[in-house]
Amino acid sequence: MDMQLAVLVDGIIYASWLFLIAVGLTLIYGVMNILNIAHGALYALGAYAAASFGGFWFSQGYPPLGSYGALVLAAIVVGLVMGPLIERGLLRFMYGRDEIILLLVTYALFLILEDVIKLIWGVSPYIISQPYGLLGIVELGGLIYPVYSFVLIGVTILVGVLLAWALQGTRHGKLLRVVIHDRELSQTLGIDVRRYYLATFTLGTMLAALGGALTAPTVSVVPAMGVEVIVLAFAVVVVGGLGSLPGAALGALIVGLLRSAAVHYVPALELFAIYFVMAMVLIIRPRGLFAGEQARTI
Amino acid sequence: MNTDKRTPLLLLSSLLALLAVGPLLPEWQFLATLALGKGLVVLGLLLLLRTGLVSFGQGLYYCLGGYAAGVMGHYWGVTDATLLLLAAALVSGVAAAVLGLLLARYRAIFFAMLSLALSMILYGLLAKSQTLGSTDGFNLAPPTLLGFPLAGYEGRYALYSLACVLAFLAALGLHYYFRTPLGRLATAIRDNEIRVEYLGASVRGAVHVKYTIAGVLAGLGGALTGMTVGHIDPEMAYWTTSGEFVFIAILSGTGSVAAPFLGSFIYELVRTFAYEYSPNTWQLALGAVMLLIIVFLPAGLWSLFRRRQGGAA
Repeated sequence: MDMQLAVLVDGIIYASWLFLIAVGLTLIYGVMNILNIAHGALYALGAYAAASFGGFWFSQGYPPLGSYGALVLAAIVVGLVMGPLIERGLLRFMYGRDEIILLLVTYALFLILEDVIKLIWGVSPYIISQPYGLLGIVELGGLIYPVYSFVLIGVTILVGVLLAWALQGTRHGKLLRVVIHDRELSQTLGIDVRRYYLATFTLGTMLAALGGALTAPTVSVVPAMGVEVIVLAFAVVVVGGLGSLPGAALGALIVGLLRSAAVHYVPALELFAIYFVMAMVLIIRPRGLFAGEQARTI
Repeated sequence: MNTDKRTPLLLLSSLLALLAVGPLLPEWQFLATLALGKGLVVLGLLLLLRTGLVSFGQGLYYCLGGYAAGVMGHYWGVTDATLLLLAAALVSGVAAAVLGLLLARYRAIFFAMLSLALSMILYGLLAKSQTLGSTDGFNLAPPTLLGFPLAGYEGRYALYSLACVLAFLAALGLHYYFRTPLGRLATAIRDNEIRVEYLGASVRGAVHVKYTIAGVLAGLGGALTGMTVGHIDPEMAYWTTSGEFVFIAILSGTGSVAAPFLGSFIYELVRTFAYEYSPNTWQLALGAVMLLIIVFLPAGLWSLFRRRQGGAA
């Protein structure tokens, strides 16, 4: 009984983390048709920025609870700097080329950013664990969980709901959906597509960085952390359907629960399980469990 | 027509030159053998690229080839290099033929993603398998050739020569393959798949064959690398390894069957120096070069060579 509860709670915690790292990827793919490998490096960049901002916060002796604000601020800064830089400086010259060329371009970008991180922060690990322990622990069915994990779940739900509302309920969201459906037509209707691409990429970058920033307190921040994350994020968005917001949530839940079950029952299959389900979904429903016909709805 | 006759000559003269230069530069043999091993994998990627497909999962067959050679020596005591290569080709070929049934239906990023997922499955399995050394992998039993150990001055040269001959045969084979009707379908499929179907050829069948050939080449490359380095680990199936191959393929271009080997020689050479002198900016340089090639030299380094030749003629 306890085992099942543990699988469920761990699964949901892991799923919320997966959603956070994958949602920016699916957003960018949904709008721009770019499968952004650099997402992993932006995630790592967010984590490093959070380590620096958080470290500064604590070294100044500011109230510890405010450090959460510092983490989020780090993600926003990374998004606002890197998003426009990459989109305006590089990607906009590539629009209209094959999806696969754009995949290679973002792979090149990934390689570059990985080293930029090493150049700025060096190769030794950063630890910013204070925010993790700050909120104490909670006991659930005989098992002990840090409250931070549940905060993460809350943040994930908040991000998901906000994005859904922005896309469905606001004027800009509706216009963005027009752009997704038909880029050329929306241009003739007078929609400034360039602005929507810029905004989408910046938001996607910010979400990648937020994933990194909120992960930073739970791990030691090391140079290779983006390498692993990008394939996990791929698995999540592929399972749910590339470019689908509810799909990313569903994909995160499936992968999260599956991994947690594997970890508790058959640890040897932990990694296998994730990629096996990704391959199976690609084989049976290549466009993902949640994707409709060809028309994309994010 | 002219290049038709020129390529085999170019390959043969490269082979003879490599065999002749080998003994003069013994310290470079290790590097060259590694480059030839990677070149074989990239040769397979060239075949896929000409068909319009990018695989982010050739590491799967590279790793299978390496492990096939490793398991043969480690568990069954087979150490003959030719047998090891044969086993690697067989294992990766069968795997590619089976998985090709699935992958032949996919194009563009879905092909890339599924191939990536499959290679990550192998990584996940190997990384957790205690008997095969989990993430550390294991050392290969020292390979032999016709009963002679491939160690020491002569042995190393023998392994290097074996790699040269293998690369030569593979490149030549692929060169002639591109002259067969099935081989010529590659570019046709890339340009217009529907038209190929209307002309009565099976696109899926053609892609399947090409995928299998690419798998065999990657397996051979993996076995060769394993024998040269003397060690194999699951990292061979990790997506970054496959990404490295894609990088070399883009760098080389698809202009000639010799391009992958030229590309991997340059890559290995640059990597050796870069690791030593600036380990933290080496990926940055790679990424920048890749962007420059995609933007300014979409046909790869080989096209520089080609253009000059064309100008002279």
